[in-house]
Amino acid sequence: MVLVIYGALKMADSRPVARPLSPHLQIYKPMLSMMMSIIHRITGAALFFGTILFVWWLSAAAHSDGYFNLVQGFFGHWFGRLILFGFTWALVHHMLGGIRHFIWDTGRGFALPMVEKLVWANLIGSIVLTMLLWVVGYGVLP
Amino acid sequence: MIDMQTPLKQVRGLGASKTGTEHFWQQRLTAIFNVPLILYFICFILRHLGATRAEVVASLQNPFEAVFLLLMLASVFWHMRLGMQVIIEDYVHEPRSKIAALVLSTVFVALMFVIAATSILKMSLA
Repeated sequence: MVLVIYGALKMADSRPVARPLSPHLQIYKPMLSMMMSIIHRITGAALFFGTILFVWWLSAAAHSDGYFNLVQGFFGHWFGRLILFGFTWALVHHMLGGIRHFIWDTGRGFALPMVEKLVWANLIGSIVLTMLLWVVGYGVLP
Repeated sequence: MIDMQTPLKQVRGLGASKTGTEHFWQQRLTAIFNVPLILYFICFILRHLGATRAEVVASLQNPFEAVFLLLMLASVFWHMRLGMQVIIEDYVHEPRSKIAALVLSTVFVALMFVIAATSILKMSLA
Protein backbone atom coordinates (compact mmCIF):
# COMPACT_ATOMS: atom_id res chain seq x y z
CA MET A 1 0.00 0.00 0.00
CA VAL A 2 2.74 2.39 0.97
CA LEU A 3 4.52 1.45 -2.21
CA VAL A 4 1.44 2.21 -4.32
CA ILE A 5 1.07 5.66 -2.76
CA TYR A 6 4.81 6.25 -3.21
CA GLY A 7 4.48 5.21 -6.86
CA ALA A 8 1.52 7.54 -7.40
CA LEU A 9 3.44 10.42 -5.84
CA LYS A 10 6.43 9.58 -8.03
CA MET A 11 4.20 9.65 -11.14
CA ALA A 12 2.76 13.01 -10.14
CA ASP A 13 6.27 14.37 -9.91
CA SER A 14 6.93 15.74 -13.38
CA ARG A 15 10.59 16.61 -12.88
CA PRO A 16 12.79 14.91 -15.51
CA VAL A 17 14.37 11.67 -14.32
CA ALA A 18 17.69 10.45 -15.70
CA ARG A 19 16.31 7.37 -17.44
CA PRO A 20 18.54 5.21 -19.61
CA LEU A 21 18.28 6.10 -23.28
CA SER A 22 17.48 3.44 -25.85
CA PRO A 23 20.63 2.08 -27.48
CA HIS A 24 21.57 3.88 -30.67
CA LEU A 25 23.97 3.29 -33.56
CA GLN A 26 27.19 3.78 -31.57
CA ILE A 27 26.21 0.90 -29.23
CA TYR A 28 25.99 -1.74 -31.96
CA LYS A 29 28.88 -3.55 -33.54
CA PRO A 30 28.65 -2.56 -37.23
CA MET A 31 27.15 -5.49 -39.10
CA LEU A 32 27.23 -5.92 -42.86
CA SER A 33 23.42 -5.87 -43.21
CA MET A 34 23.34 -2.62 -41.23
CA MET A 35 26.12 -1.08 -43.34
CA MET A 36 24.23 -2.09 -46.50
CA SER A 37 21.12 -0.33 -45.25
CA ILE A 38 23.17 2.83 -44.72
CA ILE A 39 24.90 2.46 -48.10
CA HIS A 40 21.49 2.05 -49.77
CA ARG A 41 20.48 5.43 -48.37
CA ILE A 42 23.82 7.09 -49.21
CA THR A 43 23.77 5.79 -52.81
CA GLY A 44 20.16 7.00 -53.10
CA ALA A 45 21.13 10.49 -51.97
CA ALA A 46 24.18 10.46 -54.26
CA LEU A 47 22.02 9.45 -57.23
CA PHE A 48 19.61 12.28 -56.36
CA PHE A 49 22.39 14.80 -56.99
CA GLY A 50 24.01 12.62 -59.66
CA THR A 51 21.05 13.32 -61.96
CA ILE A 52 22.73 16.70 -62.52
CA LEU A 53 25.28 14.82 -64.67
CA PHE A 54 22.68 13.45 -67.09
CA VAL A 55 20.62 16.66 -67.16
CA TRP A 56 23.81 18.63 -67.88
CA TRP A 57 24.71 16.28 -70.75
CA LEU A 58 21.14 16.39 -72.17
CA SER A 59 20.83 20.17 -71.97
CA ALA A 60 24.24 20.54 -73.62
CA ALA A 61 23.05 18.30 -76.46
CA ALA A 62 19.98 20.49 -76.83
CA HIS A 63 22.12 23.64 -76.75
CA SER A 64 24.94 23.60 -79.29
CA ASP A 65 27.81 21.62 -80.79
CA GLY A 66 30.41 23.64 -78.91
CA TYR A 67 28.82 23.20 -75.51
CA PHE A 68 28.09 19.52 -76.12
CA ASN A 69 31.72 18.87 -77.10
CA LEU A 70 32.82 20.57 -73.88
CA VAL A 71 30.58 18.30 -71.76
CA GLN A 72 31.58 15.17 -73.72
CA GLY A 73 35.20 16.24 -73.23
CA PHE A 74 34.66 16.52 -69.47
CA PHE A 75 33.15 13.03 -69.26
CA GLY A 76 35.99 11.72 -71.45
CA HIS A 77 38.62 13.16 -69.09
CA TRP A 78 39.90 10.82 -66.33
CA PHE A 79 38.24 12.93 -63.62
CA GLY A 80 34.89 12.90 -65.41
CA ARG A 81 35.22 9.15 -65.90
CA LEU A 82 35.96 8.68 -62.20
CA ILE A 83 32.72 10.52 -61.33
CA LEU A 84 30.79 8.44 -63.88
CA PHE A 85 32.35 5.24 -62.50
CA GLY A 86 31.14 6.16 -59.00
CA PHE A 87 27.73 7.05 -60.41
CA THR A 88 27.52 3.68 -62.21
CA TRP A 89 28.34 1.76 -59.04
CA ALA A 90 25.84 3.79 -56.96
CA LEU A 91 23.13 3.19 -59.57
CA VAL A 92 23.75 -0.57 -59.84
CA HIS A 93 24.11 -0.97 -56.08
CA HIS A 94 20.93 0.97 -55.34
CA MET A 95 19.03 -1.05 -57.95
CA LEU A 96 20.22 -4.41 -56.57
CA GLY A 97 19.42 -3.14 -53.07
CA GLY A 98 15.93 -2.32 -54.31
CA ILE A 99 15.53 -5.84 -55.71
CA ARG A 100 16.58 -7.15 -52.26
CA HIS A 101 13.73 -5.08 -50.80
CA PHE A 102 11.29 -6.49 -53.40
CA ILE A 103 12.23 -10.00 -52.20
CA TRP A 104 11.59 -8.93 -48.59
CA ASP A 105 8.29 -7.33 -49.67
CA THR A 106 7.00 -10.80 -50.60
CA GLY A 107 7.70 -11.93 -47.03
CA ARG A 108 10.64 -14.13 -48.08
CA GLY A 109 14.32 -13.99 -47.20
CA PHE A 110 14.12 -12.82 -43.60
CA ALA A 111 16.03 -15.76 -42.07
CA LEU A 112 19.47 -14.50 -41.01
CA PRO A 113 21.55 -16.82 -43.26
CA MET A 114 19.45 -15.64 -46.23
CA VAL A 115 19.83 -11.98 -45.21
CA GLU A 116 23.58 -12.54 -45.13
CA LYS A 117 23.50 -14.14 -48.59
CA LEU A 118 21.43 -11.29 -50.04
CA VAL A 119 23.84 -8.74 -48.58
CA TRP A 120 26.84 -10.42 -50.21
CA ALA A 121 24.96 -10.90 -53.50
CA ASN A 122 24.15 -7.18 -53.47
CA LEU A 123 27.73 -6.10 -52.74
CA ILE A 124 29.55 -8.51 -55.07
CA GLY A 125 26.84 -8.17 -57.74
CA SER A 126 27.13 -4.39 -57.79
CA ILE A 127 30.92 -4.48 -58.16
CA VAL A 128 30.88 -7.19 -60.85
CA LEU A 129 28.07 -5.53 -62.85
CA THR A 130 29.77 -2.12 -62.66
CA MET A 131 33.04 -3.61 -63.94
CA LEU A 132 31.13 -5.44 -66.68
CA LEU A 133 29.34 -2.26 -67.80
CA TRP A 134 32.66 -0.43 -68.01
CA VAL A 135 34.29 -3.24 -69.97
CA VAL A 136 31.35 -3.07 -72.41
CA GLY A 137 31.64 0.75 -72.35
CA TYR A 138 35.33 0.69 -73.34
CA GLY A 139 34.48 -1.99 -75.92
CA VAL A 140 31.91 0.16 -77.72
CA LEU A 141 33.86 3.42 -77.36
CA PRO A 142 34.82 4.68 -80.83
CA MET B 1 -6.66 -4.31 -27.67
CA ILE B 2 -7.96 -0.91 -26.68
CA ASP B 3 -8.29 1.34 -29.72
CA MET B 4 -8.13 5.05 -29.09
CA GLN B 5 -9.15 5.95 -32.66
CA THR B 6 -12.65 7.12 -33.55
CA PRO B 7 -14.64 4.78 -35.84
CA LEU B 8 -14.24 7.24 -38.72
CA LYS B 9 -10.44 7.25 -38.28
CA GLN B 10 -10.42 3.46 -38.29
CA VAL B 11 -12.46 3.25 -41.47
CA ARG B 12 -10.26 5.77 -43.27
CA GLY B 13 -7.18 3.84 -42.14
CA LEU B 14 -4.85 6.77 -42.80
CA GLY B 15 -3.03 6.72 -39.44
CA ALA B 16 -0.85 9.45 -37.95
CA SER B 17 0.67 10.45 -41.30
CA LYS B 18 -2.84 11.32 -42.63
CA THR B 19 -1.84 9.82 -45.98
CA GLY B 20 -1.88 6.13 -45.08
CA THR B 21 0.34 3.89 -47.20
CA GLU B 22 0.26 6.20 -50.24
CA HIS B 23 3.93 7.26 -49.88
CA PHE B 24 5.17 3.69 -49.48
CA TRP B 25 3.02 2.49 -52.37
CA GLN B 26 4.23 5.19 -54.77
CA GLN B 27 7.83 4.56 -53.69
CA ARG B 28 7.56 0.84 -54.46
CA LEU B 29 5.60 1.32 -57.69
CA THR B 30 8.16 3.78 -59.08
CA ALA B 31 10.94 1.42 -57.89
CA ILE B 32 9.42 -1.42 -59.96
CA PHE B 33 9.08 0.81 -63.04
CA ASN B 34 12.62 2.09 -62.50
CA VAL B 35 14.21 -1.34 -63.04
CA PRO B 36 13.36 -1.78 -66.77
CA LEU B 37 13.54 1.98 -67.42
CA ILE B 38 17.04 2.26 -65.91
CA LEU B 39 18.18 -0.80 -67.87
CA TYR B 40 16.99 1.03 -70.98
CA PHE B 41 18.79 4.18 -69.79
CA ILE B 42 22.06 2.27 -69.33
CA CYS B 43 21.75 0.91 -72.88
CA PHE B 44 21.00 4.42 -74.15
CA ILE B 45 24.16 5.76 -72.50
CA LEU B 46 26.29 2.85 -73.77
CA ARG B 47 25.04 3.52 -77.32
CA HIS B 48 26.01 7.21 -77.06
CA LEU B 49 29.48 7.05 -75.49
CA GLY B 50 31.63 9.53 -77.35
CA ALA B 51 28.74 10.35 -79.70
CA THR B 52 28.54 13.60 -81.61
CA ARG B 53 25.66 16.00 -80.96
CA ALA B 54 24.15 15.14 -84.35
CA GLU B 55 24.03 11.45 -83.39
CA VAL B 56 22.27 12.20 -80.08
CA VAL B 57 19.73 14.45 -81.84
CA ALA B 58 19.14 11.77 -84.49
CA SER B 59 18.46 9.18 -81.77
CA LEU B 60 16.00 11.41 -79.96
CA GLN B 61 14.10 12.03 -83.19
CA ASN B 62 13.06 8.40 -82.91
CA PRO B 63 9.85 8.81 -80.85
CA PHE B 64 10.47 5.55 -78.93
CA GLU B 65 13.77 6.87 -77.57
CA ALA B 66 12.23 10.19 -76.53
CA VAL B 67 9.18 8.57 -74.93
CA PHE B 68 11.18 5.97 -73.00
CA LEU B 69 13.64 8.59 -71.76
CA LEU B 70 10.75 10.80 -70.62
CA LEU B 71 9.10 7.85 -68.86
CA MET B 72 12.41 6.99 -67.20
CA LEU B 73 12.82 10.56 -66.00
CA ALA B 74 9.25 10.78 -64.68
CA SER B 75 9.52 7.54 -62.71
CA VAL B 76 13.07 8.12 -61.44
CA PHE B 77 12.49 11.75 -60.49
CA TRP B 78 9.28 10.98 -58.59
CA HIS B 79 11.06 8.08 -56.83
CA MET B 80 13.95 10.29 -55.75
CA ARG B 81 11.66 13.06 -54.56
CA LEU B 82 9.95 10.50 -52.30
CA GLY B 83 13.29 9.11 -51.14
CA MET B 84 14.79 12.49 -50.32
CA GLN B 85 11.60 13.33 -48.37
CA VAL B 86 12.19 10.29 -46.13
CA ILE B 87 15.84 11.24 -45.58
CA ILE B 88 14.91 14.81 -44.66
CA GLU B 89 12.11 13.72 -42.32
CA ASP B 90 14.50 11.33 -40.59
CA TYR B 91 17.29 13.82 -39.92
CA VAL B 92 15.81 17.35 -39.94
CA HIS B 93 13.48 17.82 -36.98
CA GLU B 94 13.23 21.59 -36.53
CA PRO B 95 9.92 22.43 -38.34
CA ARG B 96 11.11 25.48 -40.29
CA SER B 97 14.32 23.83 -41.55
CA LYS B 98 12.39 20.66 -42.34
CA ILE B 99 9.79 22.44 -44.48
CA ALA B 100 12.50 24.51 -46.18
CA ALA B 101 14.51 21.35 -46.98
CA LEU B 102 11.42 19.54 -48.28
CA VAL B 103 10.43 22.47 -50.52
CA LEU B 104 14.03 22.85 -51.78
CA SER B 105 14.32 19.16 -52.64
CA THR B 106 11.03 19.27 -54.56
CA VAL B 107 12.13 22.43 -56.38
CA PHE B 108 15.41 20.71 -57.30
CA VAL B 109 13.60 17.66 -58.68
CA ALA B 110 11.09 19.81 -60.61
CA LEU B 111 13.90 21.92 -62.07
CA MET B 112 15.95 18.89 -63.15
CA PHE B 113 12.88 17.25 -64.68
CA VAL B 114 11.77 20.32 -66.62
CA ILE B 115 15.29 21.02 -67.95
CA ALA B 116 15.70 17.39 -69.02
CA ALA B 117 12.22 17.11 -70.56
CA THR B 118 12.58 20.43 -72.42
CA SER B 119 15.97 19.34 -73.79
CA ILE B 120 14.58 16.02 -74.99
CA LEU B 121 11.52 17.62 -76.60
CA LYS B 122 13.62 20.33 -78.24
CA MET B 123 15.82 17.73 -79.93
CA SER B 124 12.99 15.31 -80.59
CA LEU B 125 10.75 17.86 -82.28
CA ALA B 126 13.55 19.80 -84.01
